[in-house]
Amino acid sequence: MIINGVSIDETFAEAFPMKATRAIITAQNQKWAMISAQAMTGFATSVIACGCEAGIERILDPSETPDGRPGVSVLIFAMGGKGLAKQLETRAGQCVLTSPTSALFAGIDEGLQIPLGKNLRYFGDGFQIAKKIAGKRYWRVPVMDGEFLTEATTGRVDAVGGGNFLVLAESQPQALEACEAAIVEMKKVPNVIMPFPGGVVRSGSKIGSKYPALGASTNDAFCPTLKGVTKTDLSPEIESVMEIVIDGLTKEDIDKAMRVGIQAVCELGAENGIKRISAGNYGGKLGPFHFHLQEIMA
Amino acid sequence: MSALTFSAKHETAQRVDMSPLVCQLLKDMSLADIAAIELQNGKRKIRVDELFDISGEDSQDIIIINNSYAKLDFIGKELASGRMTVQGEAGAYFGMGMKSGELLADGSVGLYAACEMKNGLLTIKGDAGDFLGAALPGNKQGMKGGTVLVKGNVGQRAGDHMRRGVMLIEGNAGDYCGSRMIAGTIAVMGSTGRFLGYAMQRGTILLWKQPQLSATFNDCGSHTLAFLPILFKSFTSFDSKFAKESVTFNRVRRFGGDMAEKGRAEVLVKLQNEEQNAAFSAASFS
Repeated sequence: MIINGVSIDETFAEAFPMKATRAIITAQNQKWAMISAQAMTGFATSVIACGCEAGIERILDPSETPDGRPGVSVLIFAMGGKGLAKQLETRAGQCVLTSPTSALFAGIDEGLQIPLGKNLRYFGDGFQIAKKIAGKRYWRVPVMDGEFLTEATTGRVDAVGGGNFLVLAESQPQALEACEAAIVEMKKVPNVIMPFPGGVVRSGSKIGSKYPALGASTNDAFCPTLKGVTKTDLSPEIESVMEIVIDGLTKEDIDKAMRVGIQAVCELGAENGIKRISAGNYGGKLGPFHFHLQEIMA
Repeated sequence: MSALTFSAKHETAQRVDMSPLVCQLLKDMSLADIAAIELQNGKRKIRVDELFDISGEDSQDIIIINNSYAKLDFIGKELASGRMTVQGEAGAYFGMGMKSGELLADGSVGLYAACEMKNGLLTIKGDAGDFLGAALPGNKQGMKGGTVLVKGNVGQRAGDHMRRGVMLIEGNAGDYCGSRMIAGTIAVMGSTGRFLGYAMQRGTILLWKQPQLSATFNDCGSHTLAFLPILFKSFTSFDSKFAKESVTFNRVRRFGGDMAEKGRAEVLVKLQNEEQNAAFSAASFS
């Protein structure tokens, strides 16, 4: 398959099951809601070492938030339910509770309920106040700038992590430009995040390593500087490869994000140095969800 | 199906226990069986058809027409589903221990309405007597959930020992409103009497008018509280003044107390003539 001179590999991206939740952060203005959300989703690029993968899903208009203030919705993904609950609570406590004027709400009502502010309430040292409004429990925790309002729990759902595609280009600036264009479009898709810095990862990994202690290592088949010394997957003209990783609440959400992302890359086309789209295929070892590039772009 | 309707034939000299006539107990019963139910009337028993004309068949939608006759006690006791409407007045213990569904009185109701209520929506278009949503004598916990909406005034001790839930009073409240309250929310648009929140442990009394507070409630200053917009938004579905955006606010003066008790309760009073509150009312729900 070739789109605008860009070859789409006959391969698939492999993804794996995760647990996910959504939280809504509001504040006095958009600036402070975003600051809190950025703090909460910081150092959350990969479950390999961060404990979770998290990102900002989108900006919320005051009419969309529970308390009528500007807000941001964030998605958090982890490999298991316990890990997700721990990460959520730690991040909410250190990054949202601490952030001026913030309030924190559940972004998913269905599914198993996991603590959001349920345990943060103890920060109130006995002065905290519970309010059950329209079937939902909220905690009002007195803090130095006034009151921190948080919903007690949020819903945990089954999700999919690790959807991806690789952009193979003739130069590093061209690969980056294409990825930036893809991220702009992918951010418009609901229910997904691209957890790496700016949505783009330049250090895609393969499973395993020559060092027994490491579970993952550089994806040498796609490293352009190793073309002559390893079993490469790159043709001579490829000088740079970048990857976009997608976590989504459902497989269909990831399908959609991949489609608009690849479409945006292909619109730049071969004339802008984009030669191929491939994917992180680990021979079925990584996970049960397979995203076939050509099917998605058909 | 038309609503199952009980129209009072005459006024009894003694009070009547109406607790057998609730939706869940009448489900799947024939009209003949319902007519044969015996109600306690003073010291004697009285058949339902002796007291009421019965019409309609939908036992999940019951209407009681009592022609302003306030001796019918325990209407909607432990109601677990469906809807009951009283066209007229109701006696004591209206909606006592109600578990779910909707209960409405067009007129006024007597003592202990909504006492120990657990869930559902109870609306009183007239006035309510003393001990609205309270605990029965000797019991430790009053209303434990649900919503009580009173369009008129309420008597003394509204919310006595209240544990959870929301009580909305459009009119005035008598003395000892929120006394011995364990938790929950009472909102009063009108005036309140003496000893507001007496021995209140936790919970919120939300007021539109400055109350006469006892010395054991301490001023905590003026604040913008983020939970108030969410609380007001939850009232929008009610047929009430509380649903109107013009009455909402998020700037309050907070009084903490009762310091003679746990001191974890609060009386929140709308800040009058504040530009921010006026702007908030105009912008909310838009």
